[in-house]
Amino acid sequence: MTTHSEIHDDLSFEDSYNFAYLDEQTKRMIRRALLKAVAIPGYQVPFASREMPMPYGWGTGGVQVTAACLVPDDCVKVIDQGADDTTNAVSIRSFFERTAGVATTEKTTDASLIQTRHRIPETPLTEDQILVYQVPIPEPLRFLEPRETETRKMHALTEYGLMHVKLYEDISQHGHIATSYAYPVKVDDRYIMDPSPIPKFDNPKMDDCPALQLFGAGREQRIYAIPPYSKVKSLDFDDYPFSQLRAPETCAICGADDSYLDEMIIDDDGGRMFVCSDTDFCASRQNEQGFEPAEVAS
Amino acid sequence: MDASSLSGGFVDHAVQSATAFRDLLQAMARPGLIFTMNGTEPPAPLSIAAGVAVLTLCDADTMIYLAPSVDNDDIRSWVAFHTGAPFASSRVADFAIGKWDELFEIKDFPAGNDEYPDRSATLICSLPALVAGKTRLTGPGIKGAHWLDLPDGGDEMRRVDLYPCGRDLILTAGDQLAALPRTIHLETG
Ligand SMILES: [Zn+2]
Repeated sequence: MTTHSEIHDDLSFEDSYNFAYLDEQTKRMIRRALLKAVAIPGYQVPFASREMPMPYGWGTGGVQVTAACLVPDDCVKVIDQGADDTTNAVSIRSFFERTAGVATTEKTTDASLIQTRHRIPETPLTEDQILVYQVPIPEPLRFLEPRETETRKMHALTEYGLMHVKLYEDISQHGHIATSYAYPVKVDDRYIMDPSPIPKFDNPKMDDCPALQLFGAGREQRIYAIPPYSKVKSLDFDDYPFSQLRAPETCAICGADDSYLDEMIIDDDGGRMFVCSDTDFCASRQNEQGFEPAEVAS
Repeated sequence: MDASSLSGGFVDHAVQSATAFRDLLQAMARPGLIFTMNGTEPPAPLSIAAGVAVLTLCDADTMIYLAPSVDNDDIRSWVAFHTGAPFASSRVADFAIGKWDELFEIKDFPAGNDEYPDRSATLICSLPALVAGKTRLTGPGIKGAHWLDLPDGGDEMRRVDLYPCGRDLILTAGDQLAALPRTIHLETG
């Protein structure tokens, strides 16, 4: 189990630490990688990932990308599977409050930079926002080919046949493409890219998105990007077109019939209900409808 | 080293370079949009915008090529003092600084390779003015089209024929800055 205390408590914006924690040389190195990533959409730029005061799996890649991008007047939102109030999200938010002195928010519409693990907010993003994804495994071809030298060649030669074979095997086994998370996309008609483990329900939000999208993988030391208004196409076949996957239910709290839902077990008899995975989206809908959220975050 | 090479840099480096980088990031992500930069006073004829880009991106790990128009003692001292970056020939440069016409003439800036297209030079390229104009820019980062007044040769400088290899341009004029990554398609109407 991870706990809040795993992020060192001795960080303070006032004294020993630099703006946004990282030293200037590290930020410059990450910033150069970010510019290359934006200039070559979907290509994974290697970078020298630094030790962060939190374990891998806590989004150290995303944290480093965010740290290199932050300015003092940013307003930062952090979500973990759609929620702002998990230990992970709260800790990362507090890390940036303490090390960069930035404001934070849980409201998607108030945020200038959103760091995310495993979801894209339901509320459409704008040109004034940056979305930073935490990425565990950046290489979409890795489960087909474990050798980095080989996957790099495959990207260089646009040799993406294996990926289509894998998806087609899905179809012959299951009658449809069973991949429902980290569903591969092609960016700007060139690179196949792993969108991180977001549900494929979120894939269409990446296409023609007004916000800049940045991806950071800490352990694997890769940064990649999708510039605003770029073409992002989920891989599919003429006879099996891509389809968004969503439980055919409505949110039990706000009644949304178009949001991505989490299934919750509510009693010992196996009773279930479906609620929005995006907690801010659900809360705003409740406010609009004139009733208080069941639980107000402090 | 005289006093002028010590001045004209960022006063609050961490915050000024963070703010400058955010503009550089947005410039590269939204090619053709023009940003106003500030915070440096480099020796002539280096512009404020070029000075900001150099101080934000360059350090001991990056090789800088200076084209003849900016290759003077004052600029060398200023860049060396504020960044620690080594100077190098065009063939191995990570960053190159000069006028558009000068950089256009140099053909051997790195353009990366098929497996590492990021191992390419970024050309910090000065223009007499940076204004909306007759060149139509389309591609990633642009909704519809952006327009700039650009000289001929932008495709050759960026080596767009080699995509995804190629080079990216940071365009500067005074305190104005825009970017032209290798992805962008140019048409002059
Ligand atoms: Zn809801």
